[in-house]
Formats: sequence, structure tokens, C-alpha cells
Amino acid sequence: MNDFHHKQRELERFRRRLLLALAFIFSLFCALFSKLFYLQVLRHDHYTTLAESNRISLIPIIPNRGNILDRNGVILARNYSAFTLEITPSQIENIDKTIAALSEIIKIEPKDRRRFNRLLQESRNFDSIPIRTQLSDEEVASFSARRYRFPGVDIKARLFREYPEGNAAAHVIGYIGRINQKDEEWIRAEYQESNYKGTEHIGKIGVEQFYEFELHGTTGYAQLEIDANGRAVQILSSTSAVPGNNLKLTLDMGLQKVAESAFIDRRGALVALDPRNGAILAMVSAPTFDPNLFVDGIRSDDWEELNNNIDKPMLNRAIYSAYPPGSTFKPMMAMAALTEKKRTPQQTIYDPGYFIFGNHRFLDDKPGGHGIVDMMTSIVVSCNTYYYQLAADMGIDLIARFMGGLGLGKRTGIDIPGESDGILPSPEWKEKRFKKPEQQKWYAGETISVGIGQGYNAYTPLQMAHAYANILNYGKVFRPHLVDSINNPSTNETRTLEYPITRQIALDPKHVDFIKKAMAGVNKQGTGARAFANAPYESGGKTGTAQVFSLRGQKYVSGRLRERLRDHAWFIAFAPLENPTIVAAILVENSGFGAQYAAPIARRIFDYYLAGKAPEGALVPVEPEEETLEGEAEKHNSGENPHAPSPN
Amino acid sequence: MRPRRIKLFFFRIAAHLDPALILIVLFLMSVGLVCVYSASYPDNITRFNSQIINMILAFLLMILVAQISPHKLMRLAPIFYLAGFILLIAVDRFGVVVNGSRRWISLFGIIRIQPSEIMKIAMPMILAWYFHKNESTLTLKTFIVSGILLILPIIFILKQPDLGTSLLVGAAGFSVIFFAGLSWKIIMGFCAGGLAILPFVWERMHDYQRRRVLTLFDPSSDPLGAGYHIIQSTIAIGSGGVFGKGWLHGTQTHLKFIPEKHTDFIFAVLAEEWGIIGSIVLLFLFFCLIVRGLMISSTATTLFSRLLAASISMVFFIYAFVNIGMVSGFLPVVGVPLPFISYGGTALLTLMLGVGILMSIQTHRTLTK
Repeated sequence: MNDFHHKQRELERFRRRLLLALAFIFSLFCALFSKLFYLQVLRHDHYTTLAESNRISLIPIIPNRGNILDRNGVILARNYSAFTLEITPSQIENIDKTIAALSEIIKIEPKDRRRFNRLLQESRNFDSIPIRTQLSDEEVASFSARRYRFPGVDIKARLFREYPEGNAAAHVIGYIGRINQKDEEWIRAEYQESNYKGTEHIGKIGVEQFYEFELHGTTGYAQLEIDANGRAVQILSSTSAVPGNNLKLTLDMGLQKVAESAFIDRRGALVALDPRNGAILAMVSAPTFDPNLFVDGIRSDDWEELNNNIDKPMLNRAIYSAYPPGSTFKPMMAMAALTEKKRTPQQTIYDPGYFIFGNHRFLDDKPGGHGIVDMMTSIVVSCNTYYYQLAADMGIDLIARFMGGLGLGKRTGIDIPGESDGILPSPEWKEKRFKKPEQQKWYAGETISVGIGQGYNAYTPLQMAHAYANILNYGKVFRPHLVDSINNPSTNETRTLEYPITRQIALDPKHVDFIKKAMAGVNKQGTGARAFANAPYESGGKTGTAQVFSLRGQKYVSGRLRERLRDHAWFIAFAPLENPTIVAAILVENSGFGAQYAAPIARRIFDYYLAGKAPEGALVPVEPEEETLEGEAEKHNSGENPHAPSPN
Repeated sequence: MRPRRIKLFFFRIAAHLDPALILIVLFLMSVGLVCVYSASYPDNITRFNSQIINMILAFLLMILVAQISPHKLMRLAPIFYLAGFILLIAVDRFGVVVNGSRRWISLFGIIRIQPSEIMKIAMPMILAWYFHKNESTLTLKTFIVSGILLILPIIFILKQPDLGTSLLVGAAGFSVIFFAGLSWKIIMGFCAGGLAILPFVWERMHDYQRRRVLTLFDPSSDPLGAGYHIIQSTIAIGSGGVFGKGWLHGTQTHLKFIPEKHTDFIFAVLAEEWGIIGSIVLLFLFFCLIVRGLMISSTATTLFSRLLAASISMVFFIYAFVNIGMVSGFLPVVGVPLPFISYGGTALLTLMLGVGILMSIQTHRTLTK
């Protein structure tokens, strides 16, 4: 009975505890349920977003870069498709082993390895990274046959940039290279980051850089479903890329090549433009380089070669290097004198062969002088004394104001980057340029050398061509430009760029016609006469010699030093005489007299451009003649002039 | 004559089966097959077939065990426990190391068995047996001895180390002691003592175990390491929503974001593809199973049967709760499969052995009266 009672009590306690356990279980199940309710109902949207971003990856589709053509449709830059061998690191266990095995089939150079390693660090693990580019058909075939041995390695077709004309007009066209940190900042500043996702290359110089955002196009996107290893499972949706615009340049490639070949192996620059609208027809900077070297990442030895070359092939001399204009300054001085009413064409001076200013004697290079000289003669025979006097009469401020008005000493605004200002000397410029008070002072004697284009004067070939175009246009100023029109390949719409007159310089047309006539005289009887003998068109020109007075910044190379001390030769020319369609500024470095090397180049390009005459044979320099030797080189008999250039 | 005898034979076997438990278990297994199929689709679809075989074997084991009377089971209890314990010691000495844990022992180089798995059933059996033997003289000493019987094997399992199994074995044993009537004072005392030794347990824990506990509190602290599992499984569950993404359409599942998706994390597959509806159905089935087990316990005739049935029910509960709690980021990641759902034969056999014992207790009640 007691036992039964005890058992009964035990059983009751057991059942109490069972109920308790049931309650415990039920409450914990409720807790689980509330957690699940929280996750699946309350936070459903949040977790859906997470799941979607887990599985969806946006892959940019890179647009085709626009082509660059010359004015006649000659292709200067285009894309071609080539096979690359690519590795997807996330699908490979041992990258080094894979590459070692691959190199038994396909040649993989250390350079390829280096590039691969660099790209590997920059990219995400599931990106496909090229190990070899530009595979030959044999290489493609030989890999394809053994493909099963290399999971995670694929052959892909990629687009490469190509410059079919090689080193012709390389400075103008520019090239593309891998995007670096500076480029990234540029992209950010232009709010183009999203459009550059996936883009690896960007324009570095020239038109490629200036028109980067026209050429690039709009990046498309593919939504890919990816798994936890980053492998693409399927394409969910895609927005195709919009290819970049094609650019038609104002450049005439035929003319450009004639001009380039005329430089032979000389250093120098040439700018030929259409004075009627500022369109650049040819722009040479010699020596040049092959932009194709940069496309696939330049090899270090090529880079060394370009960078350390004493001739600085990467430098765009046409827009960056400023040279004293020498006697090519004289027609502009004459223009200034007429405009500012300091001289009339008929007014004469007597040239005894020198000009005395203060206690200095500025020499004409013709011993005994030119005698009685009017303005026409002063240009045709390039009389120094005439301009020494003129400069003294005008004063530096008036000269600087007029020349500045012509466009000298400031950037022309051409549509490629890298232009320099040049130097338009004036007392204000000198004050800004120098630190020491004694150097900041403008000496009246300095004005005299400025008058013949020497002294501090320094202008780029582009500025010279631009300034002459402004005169020939009777003062109408157009912005020099390289791009004529932009073609949208998707819609096939072509937009011709407008280059309206930017300003009007107050010039008297009679004065302009006079200067044109004087310059025509140069090509008929003066220093340009031999180069332009029997030309089938009438032309005007002016030779010039820029003194080389410093070798600062250049490396000392003993054998070549003497050559580099020689003066630079200038030639400015335009044709036809009535309504000129081409004006050219030519500078040949260290070649001595303008008539000898620079003028024949002008003749060649004018013959080609105006008479359709292709040049025959290599350019032969014009032999200097006693009588037509220029007299512009400023010969000082004393070293006291503070600005006096010294050949040492 | 003959067909009648066969019919009779089947009738006698069927008499020891519990229709309610069979129904619940069949439902659970069906859910399990649906999930295993999805978790193995399409790369490892052979798993689905082998899971069907596992289930059939486990089902046969259940039928077999249901035929054995609780009386016989009680006699088997000490043998079962001793064999399990000896094997645990053997594992400690000669066991095979897999994934940094020494859990398996190779018998004759053919089969590998996991003795800790045996303990999940042997532990409640031995304790129920012990309390049954001392039914009329329950003293403090009885509880101390039962405590020792509980602690010894757990020490070896913890040494392997296998936190999940020791937790289950411990819970199974403790529930027997609790249902046997351990006084609340002692329970409270142990709880306090347990809290007091926590720092020492922390000291002895393996790095990976500590990380699991830590990442429970902040999974995002280690999104690619220990927290990755929890983050991805909660994303799967949460993105499942109310109705789920549909069978075979779980993106987390099929794009391989869920780790161990066919075993420990299979609940995430269910929740992602079937939504909270699927989760509720599963919770409900587990609750039914546990309630049925507790009902069998409350009407059992002997103390051994009562304690064993109650404890087995608690094991089912702990299994389900710990697993779902872990996958949903509610509990630390402890290697416990989801009962009847996760792929794998061993756990399924143990579970169906438990179901068989429940059936035996239920159906031998009237017969042994």
C-alpha cells in the first residue's frame, strides 16, 4: 500500500516533469519559430538583396574604341581582333605549374610573365587574365589540340589598337596605354568612372588623349549569375556597349608623309595649316616614334631607347619646343610698323652695315650694308639694320602688344595636349621670369635684338604658322585644329566640328597685301628663290635662323656637340599668293641657314599639296650662295649686352 | 495453410508498430528525400539513391527493434553500454583521424564505426536500467553513480573532440536523471557549477570551437572564415521568404553558397526553397514526433520504459533544435545533423533505432501486463 502510494507519487512527479519538458520544448520551438519568422518574413527583403548580390555579378562589356582617319579616309588608328591566351586564376589550383606546362606548347617570355603577374594583382580572382597576346594561328591550333589538359585556360579574341601608318604623324595621333593612377584621377574628375569599369587602356598623348571621351564609347554590362567560386553559370541580361566615335582629322596623310620624309634624319618640326579655317594639314615632329610599341605595354628596352635618345623622339617639337623666330619675325615686325603707323612702305633707311644703339654696334651680316633700303627690300634681303631701327622706334611694349595680338607667346588652343606658351619678351615677362632685381630690368638694347627675332623671343612652330595664318587672313583668327568631324558608327551620323572666327585683329588689308607681296619677293628674288625656282604656283616665304646659344639640358656628347651648336633653320611659306590655302612653318634644328634645308621642305610639300606632285628622290639641300646668304644673325662686337647670346 | 501463417507472421510484426510514429517518420523522411535531392542536384544525384537505401535499412532496423520487448532491451542495456564504452577507449587509442578529430574506429579494416553514435542510445538505456534497478531506493548515491555513468563516456567523446555528439549524449543522459526525479536543488546547483567552470571549458576548447562560439555573436566579424557558414545559411533562409524560391530553385543552394548543404546545413536548403511554410511544416513534424514520444513515455508501465522513452524524445528534440538553431544563426555551429533529413546513414540508423525502441515500449505495454 505504502509502496503503491510511493509509486503513485513518483509517477505523478514524473508526469509533472514530462509536462515541464513539453513546455520547455514548446517554448524553444517558439523561439526557433520567431527567429525563422524574423529571417524569412521581417528581414526577407534584406536577405533577398544579399542573395541577389551573392549570385549576380555585373561584367562590363568594353566598347570598341573609335577609329581615327585622315581627311581622305586613310585609317590612322583602328582596332583589330587577335587571339590571346588567358587564365582564370579561380579555376586553377597552381598557376605557376599551369604556366610552366603552357610554356611547353606556347612560347611565354619573361615579359609575358611580368605583365601577367601585374594584371593578377590588379584584377579579381575570377577575371580572365591574358598570359600571351597576339597568338599566331599555329599557336592557337597547337593549344586547342591540348586544351583538355588545361582547365581554366582559354583562347579569347580581344581587340587591340593598331596604327597602320606606323610612325607617321605619331605625335598627332598619339597612342593608348594602360590606365595609370593619373589617368584614373582624370577619369574621376570627368565623372567617367562607371563608364571605364573594365576599360584597360586610355589615350596617352595626341588626338587619342584629347578626344578620349569621344573615342571610348559607352560601356555595356552583362548580368552574370555566378556561383560561390565565382564561376559564371548563366547570363541573366545584358546591355550592349556603344562603340566610340570615329574621328576624321584635318590631316592629309599624303602631305604628312611627304613632309616627314623631307626631314630625312634631321630633327625639327613642321606645321602646315589651311589659313582659311585653321585646319592642320600636316604636323611633323622629327624624329618620330612608332606608337604601336605602346599598345601591348611597351617593352622596357624600347622605352629606354625612346626615353634616353638624345634626339628626344617623344617630344612634340611642333607644339612644345619654342625657338627664336630669327628673320621670320621681320615680316611681322613690318606688319606691326605699318599697323602702328611707324613706317610707310616707301620710307627708306640707309644701312651702313651696322646700327649703333647707345655704345653698342649691332651688325648687319652684309659687310658694308645694303645701302638704301625700303620696307619691301628689307624683307626680301632680310636687312637687319632696318629692323634694329624699327625696333628702337617702336619700343618693346608696342612690339609685345602687337605680337601678342597676332597670337605669339600664348597657346593657340589646338586640340592636342602638350602645347607650350613660348616666350613673348616684354618688361612684364622679364619681371615675372627672373628673381634677381638686376635681371628683372628690361634693357633698351634688348629691344633691338627682339626686332630681328633673336634675344628672348621663342615661339613654337605651331604659333608661327598660326600667327602667319592670322595675317594672311586679314586678321581673322581661327583656332588651329586637327579634328574635322566626328562620326557616330551606331547611327552613322557625322557631326562636322565648327571652328568659328575666334577674334579679329585690326589689320589693314592693304598692309597685308603689301606683306604678301614682299614675301612673294623672297621666293622670287630673295632667300627662297632657289628653292622655289620654277614653281607652278606663286608663293610667299621667309627664311630665318634661330641662334642656338645654350646647350642647357642637353647631354654632352662630344662628337655631336659641334653639330648641336649650329643654328636652327626656319622657313615660313604660304601659297598660292592670292587666297592662300596653305601656310607652313618649318624648323630644322642645327642645320644652319633657313634657305638651305627648310625652304626645300616647303617647296616639296607645296608641290605635293598644290600641284599634286609627288617628290622624287631624297631631299637635296640648296647650296648656299654668297649673295643670298642671310644677314639676320646678330653679330655683336661686344659681350656687354646683358642678353648677349654666347655660343659657349 | 502456408499463406495464413505468413499473414499471421506479418500481423504479429505489425502489431508492434505504432501507426502515428510511422506516419510522422515517413513524412519526415519524405521531406528529407526532397531536400537531399535538391542539395545533390545535379552533380551528386547518386546521393539521393543511397539515401533511399539508408532509409530502407533504417526502417527495417526500426521494425526489428520494435519487436524486442523492453524487458529484453533492459537486459541488453549494460552490454550495450559496456561495449560502447570499450570501443570509445579503443577509438582514443587506435582511432582514425579525419578532419582533425579521432572519431572512427576501423573494424577488421572493412567497416568504420563511430562508437560515440552508439552512446546516443546506450546512455539513456544504461541510466534508465540503473534507475529501474534502484527504483525503490532512490538516494543521493544513486544519482551520483548515474552521474559517473554519464560523465565517463562524455569525457572520451569530448577528447575526440566531438562537441556535437557529447552534447547529445550528455543531454540524453541528463534527461534520464532529470525524469528520474533529481531534486531541483541539485539541478540548480549543477547549473551554477556549470556556469562557474565555463571559463575553464573555454580554456580547454579548440581554436575552431572557440571561433564558432565567437562568430555566433558576430558572424560578420569573420565573413570568409568561421562566420561564412552562418552568414550564407541565414541569407539562404531569409531570402526564402514565406513561400520559398521553389524546389531546385534556391540560388544559395545551387550556386554552392551553402556549405555542407546536404548534411548539417540542409535546413537552409529547405528554408530557401520552401520558405517559412516549409520551416513550419518541419517544426510541426518534429513537435509531433516529440509529443508522441512523450505520450508513450507517460503511459509506459515500467520505470525503465518511461525514462527511456522520455529520454529518446528529448534526444530527438535536442537534435532538431541544435541543428536548426545553428543553421539559422541562433546557436553556435555544432556538428549535429538534422534528424531524418540530413544525408547520411549512421545518424539515421541511430534515430530509427530510437523510434523502434519507442514503438517497442508502446506496443509491449499491454502484452507484458
